[in-house]
Amino acid sequence: MISDTKIIEKKLKSDYKYGFVSNIEADEAPKGLNEDIIRFISSKKCEPAWLLEFRLKAFRKWTEMVAPVWANVSFPEIDFQEIIYYSAPKNKSLKSLDEVDPEVRATFEKLGIPLWEQKKLSGVAVDAVLDSVSVATTFKADLAKLGIIFCSFSEAVQEYPDLVKKYLGSVVPSADNFYAALNAAVFTDGSFCYIPKGVRSPMELSTYFRINAAKTGQFERTLIVADEGAYVSYLEGCTAPMRDENQLHAAVVEIVALENAEVKYSTVQNWYPGDAEGRGGIYNFVTKRGHCVGANSKISWTQVETGSAITWKYPSVILTGDNSVGEFYSIAMTNHYQQADTGTKMIHIGKNTKSRIISKGISAGRSANTYRGQVKVLKSASGARNFTQCDSLLIGKDCQAHTFPEMSVQNRTSTVEHEACTSKIGEDQIFYCNQRGISSEEATSMIVNGFCREVFKKLPLEFSVEAERLLSISLEGSVG
Amino acid sequence: MLKIKNLKVSAEKKQILKGIDLEVGKGEVHVIMGPNGSGKSTLSMVLAGKEGYKVESGSVSFKGGDLLELKPEERARAGVFLAFQYPVEIPGLSNFNFLKIAVNELRKSRGLDTLDSVEFRDLVDEKRKIVKLDEELLERPLNEGFSGGEKKRNEILQMALLEPELAILDETDSGLDIDALKTIAKGINKLRSKDNSIILVTHYQRILDYIVPDFVHVLYKGRIIKSGDKNLAKELEKKGYDFVKDEWEEREKAKKLISLK
Repeated sequence: MISDTKIIEKKLKSDYKYGFVSNIEADEAPKGLNEDIIRFISSKKCEPAWLLEFRLKAFRKWTEMVAPVWANVSFPEIDFQEIIYYSAPKNKSLKSLDEVDPEVRATFEKLGIPLWEQKKLSGVAVDAVLDSVSVATTFKADLAKLGIIFCSFSEAVQEYPDLVKKYLGSVVPSADNFYAALNAAVFTDGSFCYIPKGVRSPMELSTYFRINAAKTGQFERTLIVADEGAYVSYLEGCTAPMRDENQLHAAVVEIVALENAEVKYSTVQNWYPGDAEGRGGIYNFVTKRGHCVGANSKISWTQVETGSAITWKYPSVILTGDNSVGEFYSIAMTNHYQQADTGTKMIHIGKNTKSRIISKGISAGRSANTYRGQVKVLKSASGARNFTQCDSLLIGKDCQAHTFPEMSVQNRTSTVEHEACTSKIGEDQIFYCNQRGISSEEATSMIVNGFCREVFKKLPLEFSVEAERLLSISLEGSVG
Repeated sequence: MLKIKNLKVSAEKKQILKGIDLEVGKGEVHVIMGPNGSGKSTLSMVLAGKEGYKVESGSVSFKGGDLLELKPEERARAGVFLAFQYPVEIPGLSNFNFLKIAVNELRKSRGLDTLDSVEFRDLVDEKRKIVKLDEELLERPLNEGFSGGEKKRNEILQMALLEPELAILDETDSGLDIDALKTIAKGINKLRSKDNSIILVTHYQRILDYIVPDFVHVLYKGRIIKSGDKNLAKELEKKGYDFVKDEWEEREKAKKLISLK
């Protein structure tokens, strides 16, 4: 629990504190999307022919697809020809971190991501992505000594083409869904991470995404491969300036875990959510999927979703390897006019595969919060087990909570459990706290934090503090 | 310390308190007894500032100021404490953290430095001895899965930590076995001092075997119909409420007759 003074102080400042715009000279593609734009992006990045082919194939499929409408969210149709698909800070090719544009550096420092004082930052290596490109990656050399590759996606394409070619699209195929296909066509950068056989990453790896330029979309792609017996804990953070128009973020994250490997992926999503009246904010349409390819492997997703005008996101795990484990721990908080449709898919294929889903949805204001989950046990998955718990907490009377769980079980020896509960913050709870000298706002944030405790415990420590802080900020104005 | 004058309160359009007058001085222990539905809990809640009660008339002053004007948290910070009859549960919030936040809120409002976890641990370890509360209960979520007795001990622990000038104990003795009752009563006695006052709301006389009050009041149909010293409680125990009720009803009848004439 962070100190209560802090919560109150933060509460008083009700603004989205990452809403500033940096004045960075950018190299942009003309707006709109066609094959020429894709060729432009590909040539800007000096990509090999196979990658351009991958993009074009995805684009052609995408033009035949329609945007999904099944999610429990509503927004005006997106004009994909009005978006700028490539925006990079100028003066990019750097030999060392010291050469980074001071304005870019200042941006990340303002965000609390000290790329240049990395030695002071305890054991977290950061890849910082601004708009379409990765601007810096820290601790690279230290990690390289262990054989760990941690770099921007563009760099990986140049330096480790075989690895990228082998795994890119292996978990999320290029035409998997509308937004994933769009991403495959126009993705510009992101992080790449490879942990070799038997290596445990000694530090947390982290990617920090920042949208800066106006009218751009951010389409990054992250690929994490944990080879046999490897372990890595990966963090993702994100913010964007406050703008009146909506901006699209359509990312793809692929995780591959080979035999006995373990990947822990944590996200604190804090994209600009729009203002109190529902103007502006990021559309966060993301495809995240992990594949437990090898036996005894494990992939764990932990997410704290507080930002974005609309969140559409289902971090999933395909459990192919026998005895493999998939986990999903989620807190989704919506306030004002935010909409979130989020959840997970667990596909059990291997024997004795296990999955665990803990979802905590909090809705306040006039927001709508939906949990959507699918647990699929295939015929081959003898002895598979799933446990799902999805709880919703309502604050106020104008918000909504929905739950759409789907279970499909084709194997008799498997066990699938589902628990769900919906609660409201009770007046009695608030009054009890008041009677102990605690204000209603503080009490609400204590109750919400208590509700989320189980998931917070799964986050790496620094992240968990950040997440609690974020939740209390997001709650502002929700207590009447 | 506390002055209640002709307090009339309604809830859901029904008048519950029909003119309460009560004065509680520094260092005094007052007991409010009465049958079910007499308005005992309403009085406790109104003093603590719970929403949903309408003060129709009358006044409550605490240390010279208007208590009814303050928000519940301001009353708490001013030194009014209510031990709840039914303490609430907050899942996921550890008892330790809850207590620490409450103590620090109070300290902040008095311009004192807040305690960190280590300092607070020392304080709570000392105080929990007063009510013999297991250390293990500090780490559990607030009141979740606590037995009735554990919840009540935890309430008195909070009283010990917050050191209120006026403590209202709402049926703290109900639902306790005799050992728990003794422990809690002893705890309350330890916390009693010449500087603080206690209003003990109860159904039963038995807690008064351990806590000796200065005054005993009988609340009936929203009015205090009889006040006395500790002997009144003993008399009630022997004769039941009926003798006070009858006496009062006789008096009311007589009054009516007089007013009719």
